[in-house]
This record gives sequence, C-alpha cells and structure tokens, in this order.
Amino acid sequence: MAITLDVNGKPLKVEAAADTPLLWVLRDELGLTGTKYGCGIAQCGACTVLADGAPIRSCLTPISALGSAKITTIEGLGGDHPLQQAWVALDVPQCGYCQSGQIMSAAALLEQSPKPTDEEIDGAMAGNICRCGAYQRIHAAIKVASGQAPATASPQTDA
Amino acid sequence: MNAPFSRRAAPSGEGLSRRQLIITATAVGGALMVGCSPTDLLAAGAEGETGPFGAFVKIAPDGAVTLVCKHIEFGQGTHAGLAAIVAEELDADWSKVGWEHAPANAKLYANGGLGAQLTGGSTAINNSWDQLRKAGAAARAMFVQAAANRWNVPAGEITVKDSVVAHATSGQSADFAALLADAAQVAPPAEPTLKDPAQFTLIGTDRVRRKDSLAKSTGQTRFTMDVQAENLLVAMVAHPPRFGAKVASFDATAAKAVPGVVEVYEIPTGVAVVAETTWAAKQGRDALTVNWDEAKAETRSSAAIAERFRDLAAGSATLARGEEWQGFETKGDVSAQAGGQALEVAYDFPYLAHATMEPMNCVAQVDGNKARLAFASQGPTLDQLNVAKVVANLPGAIEIETLPAGGSFGRRANFQSDFVVECVQIARKVGGNRPVKLVWTREDDMAAGYYRPLVHHRVRVTTDTDGYPNTWTHRIVTQSIMKGAPFGGGGVDETAVEGAKGSPYLKATPHVDAQLLTPDAGVPVLWWRSVGATHTAYVMEHTIEQLARRAGQDSVAYRRALYEKAGAKRHLAVLDLAAEKAGWGEPAPEGWTRGVAVHESFGSVVAQVAEVKMENGEPRVGRVVTAIDCGTAISPDQIAAQMEGGTCYGLSAALYGQVTLTEGRVDQTNFDTYRVLRHNEAPKVETYVVAQPAGTHPTGVGEPGTPVIGPAVANALLALTGEAITAQPFVKV
Repeated sequence: MAITLDVNGKPLKVEAAADTPLLWVLRDELGLTGTKYGCGIAQCGACTVLADGAPIRSCLTPISALGSAKITTIEGLGGDHPLQQAWVALDVPQCGYCQSGQIMSAAALLEQSPKPTDEEIDGAMAGNICRCGAYQRIHAAIKVASGQAPATASPQTDA
Repeated sequence: MNAPFSRRAAPSGEGLSRRQLIITATAVGGALMVGCSPTDLLAAGAEGETGPFGAFVKIAPDGAVTLVCKHIEFGQGTHAGLAAIVAEELDADWSKVGWEHAPANAKLYANGGLGAQLTGGSTAINNSWDQLRKAGAAARAMFVQAAANRWNVPAGEITVKDSVVAHATSGQSADFAALLADAAQVAPPAEPTLKDPAQFTLIGTDRVRRKDSLAKSTGQTRFTMDVQAENLLVAMVAHPPRFGAKVASFDATAAKAVPGVVEVYEIPTGVAVVAETTWAAKQGRDALTVNWDEAKAETRSSAAIAERFRDLAAGSATLARGEEWQGFETKGDVSAQAGGQALEVAYDFPYLAHATMEPMNCVAQVDGNKARLAFASQGPTLDQLNVAKVVANLPGAIEIETLPAGGSFGRRANFQSDFVVECVQIARKVGGNRPVKLVWTREDDMAAGYYRPLVHHRVRVTTDTDGYPNTWTHRIVTQSIMKGAPFGGGGVDETAVEGAKGSPYLKATPHVDAQLLTPDAGVPVLWWRSVGATHTAYVMEHTIEQLARRAGQDSVAYRRALYEKAGAKRHLAVLDLAAEKAGWGEPAPEGWTRGVAVHESFGSVVAQVAEVKMENGEPRVGRVVTAIDCGTAISPDQIAAQMEGGTCYGLSAALYGQVTLTEGRVDQTNFDTYRVLRHNEAPKVETYVVAQPAGTHPTGVGEPGTPVIGPAVANALLALTGEAITAQPFVKV
C-alpha cells in the first residue's frame, strides 16, 4: 500500500505492506538508519522513536497503526539537542548501537518531566538495554541535559 | 608476573601466548612452504602502498592528522587511545586528529602480540604502544627536518606544539599544512627519537576523549546493519534447531510467494532467503519449511552436560576416549597436612551468549574468486583466510572494509568466521558482484552458539593452623575454546585455566595439584569478555573469601597476607587503593554490605569493593569502588568507561546470564528469556587508577573490569547471609 508518514516534520510517501513495522520502513525505505534493530520484540529499546512525543517501539508498530502521528527519529533531534550535547560532553557512547534509542527515550522523558528524579530516570530508561553498560553515563547525561548537574568532567575519578 | 617485560611480551598471560602460537602456527606452516615471512603469506595478494608518513599516519592538505587504526572500534574507545599515542609524539593539535579503520592487511597491520590482524585479549593499546609512538615521532621528525631545511636553521632548535612547527631564535613558524609538501619528501628516520614520557602533555590527561561520540549520539555512525547500496539484497537464513544438524530437504514455495523475496538457496549452514528488503527477507525465511537431518546433532540438555562435568570432576564418571586430565599447576604433595581445616566446594557456570546489541551481520559481494566485504571484522586476517577458502583466492586479495561494531565482547573473533562465511556463501550464489547483506535476527544470534563454555570447578583446600592454604587441589572441566582453532591440539588450553593458573593464591600455597579436563560437546564455544577469568576469578576469589571467614580474618587483611607471601605487589597496590577509597574498615552505609575481590587479567590488575543489599529477593548492587593498575593510563576517562561497562557486563552474567539447552535446543530466544542488566539495576562505579612511573608500558582495560564484580558481589552476599554461592547466575528465573 502507499501511505504518507509524517517523519521529522516532513510528509513522506512510502510503498509498503500495511503490516510492515515502522522500523523497516524508516530504515529500508526512507534511509533513516539511525533507528536500530536490536530484538524485534520491544524488549531492548534500540528502535525507539517518538509518535506525537511519546516513545514507541518501531520494531513492533505496523505502519497501518500510525494514522496521522508525527514521528520523530534520532535524525529529527537536530544534532544539538541538550541530550545530544550532554551525551558528547560525557562521552556516553561506547559501541553506540543502542544510543539512538536511549536518547529518544530520554527525550520523551524530558518532555514529560523536565527535571526528572533518579527514580523517574530509572523508570523511563529501564526499557533500553545497553550491553556495553553505559548506564551510569546515560543517567548522568540526562541529569546534565535537564540542568540538574554541570556538564563538566565525565563521572570518573583518578588517584 | 610483575616484570615489565613479561607484561609487554605476554599481555594476557599464557592464554594470549597460546592464541598467538596458534595463529602464527597457521602462518608459519604455510610460510615454510613458500619461503616468506608469516605476515607476507597472510597478506599475499594485498596491495600494500602507504603514504609518506607510513602505514599509520595520514596528514591531509589542511594539516588534519588521521590515525589509520589497525584495531576495530567496538566500544572500548581504542581509537582515541591509539590516536593519542600518535598525537603525543607528533605534537599534533588534538582537536585536528581523527581516525579511520585500517584495511585488512596482515603485513601492515598485524597485532604485534598475536601475529595476525586481530583485536582481542585487551591488547590494542598494549601492542601498539611502541609502534605508534615511533610512527608519531617519525612524522614529527619529518616536519622538523622540512622546517630546518626551509629556514636553514639547525633541526635541534626547532620545537613543535599543537601542529605548529617553530624556531624561536629566528621567529619563524609554520603549521603542518604549510610544511606538508616538504615534510612528505623527507626520508622518515628508521629509529626516531621518542619523547621522555615525563614530558607527555596529552597522554594521561582528560583531554584524551572519544572522537565518535557526536556521530554515535546523532545516529550518523554507519554500522554493518546500516550499509545500503544500489542493488543490495538482504539475506536471512533458516538455521537448524540443534547444533550439528543439516538440511535434509526444504520447501520454498511459500517463501518465494512473499513479495520482495528474490531467491532461496541451500547453503552449508541452512537455507537462505534473499530479498529486496529486510522485512521481506524475514517473512520469507519464516515461511520456509525445512526438514533437518539430525543424525549428527547434539541432543543433550545442558543439565546433562553439566552433570557429567560434575561427575568427572568428582571422579565418579569414566573418562571417554580422548579425554585426559592435564595438569596446569603442580607442586609439592597435596596429601600433606598442616593441622588446619578442609574446605571442599564445587562451582557451576552456564553457557553465556555475548548478546551484542547489534546481532551478527555482514555485507559481501562476490564475483568469481573476488570477494569484497564490509562488516565489523574483529579478526580481518582470520576472516580473509576463511573467505579465501570459499572463493578460492589468496587471503590478502580478500578486501575487507572494517566498520564499527555494535558490540562484540569476543563474538566477532571466530576461528570459523561463521557469519562471515555464511554471507559469502550466499553472495557467491547470487554472484555478479551484487552486494548481499546477511542479517541475523536476535533469535538467530542467540541460538547460534559460540557461547562462553559451560564450566565446572571443584576445589579442595586444606589450611594450616592460621587458616592459610597449605594444599590446593583444583579440577576444571569445560569444553576447550581452542579446539575450534585451525591449528593447535595438545597442551593445556590456557584460555580455560588462565586466572587460576598464575594466581597469587596458588603461589602462596605450598602444595598444589591443579588439573584441566576438556570433554567435547556439540555446542560451539568461544571467548567471551575476559575469557577464562569469567569463571576462574570467581572461583579463586569466592574460595578465598570462604577461607578468610573460616580463619576469622578480615577479607582485605587475609588477601594482603597472601599477596605479601606471593610477592604480588600490583595486587597489593590495587587492593589497598580500593579498600582506602571504599572506606573499608568503616561501617558500610546502613542496609548495605561490602564485598571485595581482586583479579589480574590481560596484564592489568583490578580490585573492587561492591556495596550490596537484597531488594525484592534479588541482589542489588550500589556503589562499586574500582582500583586498576593498567600501566600508563592513556585516557583516564576511557579507562573509567571500561571499568563502568565491564562491571555491568560481568554483573549481568553473574546475576542473570545463562543459555540452557533442552534436548539440544537452545531455550533462550531473545531478551525476554535471556535476562540482561538494565538501567535501573546498574551499579555506580568509581574508578581509581594506580599511579605509575612515567613510561610504564600500558596494559589492557577492555576486559579486566568484567570478571571481578561477580565474586565481589558474592563475597558481600556471603557476609550478609553466611552462604556461599556456588552457581551462576545468582538469580534463578
């Protein structure tokens, strides 16, 4: 079927079967490869994008279910979003594969709660797996991006 | 083990030497036949042109410096550390230094510790240290000479800082860009003068930061999964449900009816569906009907394998043909008595999946005997050798563009190049140089084997009247990782015993009888971040903790006494530093219990003090104080990052990780059944680096942070509950 999706503020026409998950349309049809495949069953969060500001797992969302939702992907954050700045300032990524999903989940959190508590961060980010274990810096970077901590040195110490 | 030379020559201890031996054996075996050096042979067919500044340094017309990185970047920040070594000696402006992956070429880019182009054993910085210092210093000397010639002044009076070459007396200066053409004409010095390490201005500072954080925070990094090309086909493969099974017959009718499916092929590892899109490939693959020939399949359950390993260690099972105990540390007479107590304890470790965030994948195009690949190649030389066999070409002629990996933890360095060869087999069927991207789903990845082996340890220790070990009897039963190697056989598989072998606790014990048995099983096994230490660190540290408690001694004091006896100065230093920073000896925060563990792996020694409590019936880990001796710290920030990440990786396995088999079928399929550590379960890791004399050779940091947290947590739980934990994972599903 032909369907028009609102992605990062642009109407984009795609040809795909109605049951095709948004993830594969973004990646294979629209070339937006920042959104990652990690598990295909909404367990890891690597495919997280925003639909009208709310985080969704694009690997399990068929395009037919999107209606007129405004989709935002990592490419739509612009590159200098406070979260992206904090991610760079703290050298959060290791392999980096999960980070698009991490940042999109965090972006949704900050929309809901501009100054999230530790518990709110834990709750909002528990669905995003990072096998490199960058959790500590992800947590710290969300604090930085929300203005609750200075964007100075990364959270390491030295003897 | 503390001698600088041995740390340099064998950074991962004996295990690495063994890996090195096998790879060089492959090369030497062939080299003898054709009369050239091993790396010549491995690189046969490669084009070896390098620029004026050598194989590792490129300088652009605008003066930008590029490190040609012979090691893959898969999260460990290696690119930054390696680039910093070059920038330091070159006196380059760090903000104008970048990096790129080297092409596959064993002659130019072999790992000095392994004899092949391969990233592993936490050796990237270690083996490149001298090489890249020289590369940077040689390039610097070329700029200095070019300036001396141009300004007609003595080279010895010229200084370089932040990519600017200057002569103070005459007031002349020029940047790398201005001098580039002249410098490129200067013959590089064979033995360039290196900096006095005391004069380093970049290495060891917080300025050494990653160069890839922006790209990875904006979705711009191009992983294998992201490769797109004109005419690209996507392939998925139906694999057998049991290891060792083969295709008997298949029906592709339904698969071919899926829109977008182009073709279906039988390949040695299963049935491949090739399609225009990933989703079509998946739907096509799922629509296949395959009948499997399971005559040679492994049909045992992991519980049965574990039970046999336990019986073998206890001496209650008969050895099968070819099975033989091999001593790996023997001294004195373990029947000796010193009047103390006896402790006998056995430990079980399950199979573990690497579960990288990016499942295995590869892009290949084949035209006759020519093959070009783009993927996250951890061992380009291995991959070239394996692909060359499939397309009947010279290894060096196999082109590989190495892309960053979405994690590896050992999975992508595989003697069989399993997923790479699979992709090439499909690309060969497609032919015509058409690019094929092989995609494994999470389920494919998790069921594909190459796990950390299932391991059983049995330890019996008798003590003297002060409670210190007098005899130590140790049996390890596990599949051999090295049995999958193209060469090898004979001798102890060092990867199975490293960490027990060489332990300061055994050194401090008068009588030792330690043996290994490596039965076969049909489950493919592989190294997994920190390899042997994943289990040996746990066994040694949790056993010592039980002995300390029986002796009525403080955990730190008991270890300290043994390290002093063994002359383990580096262990002492990290233990003391971690204990001090953690406030050992002072009460833990209310509700928390502390545990300590120390382990050396890959040339580095790590001590951790973990604060643990029980929450909703599961262990919860809070503050983890980490002290590491990794020689010269090149990037303190990335060392900390590796301690944070390595700790999470090890904790995830200790708490939750296990792959089980029921009648040969893998039970876990995805992250819903293979539980991994999540954000809300992550500890807060503090990292302290033991200060070193200037110029100390750097050692590994990618793996040494992984094996220590498991025993540190178990030791805290032992203090909390009085119960030893003799099986991983701690949390039962």
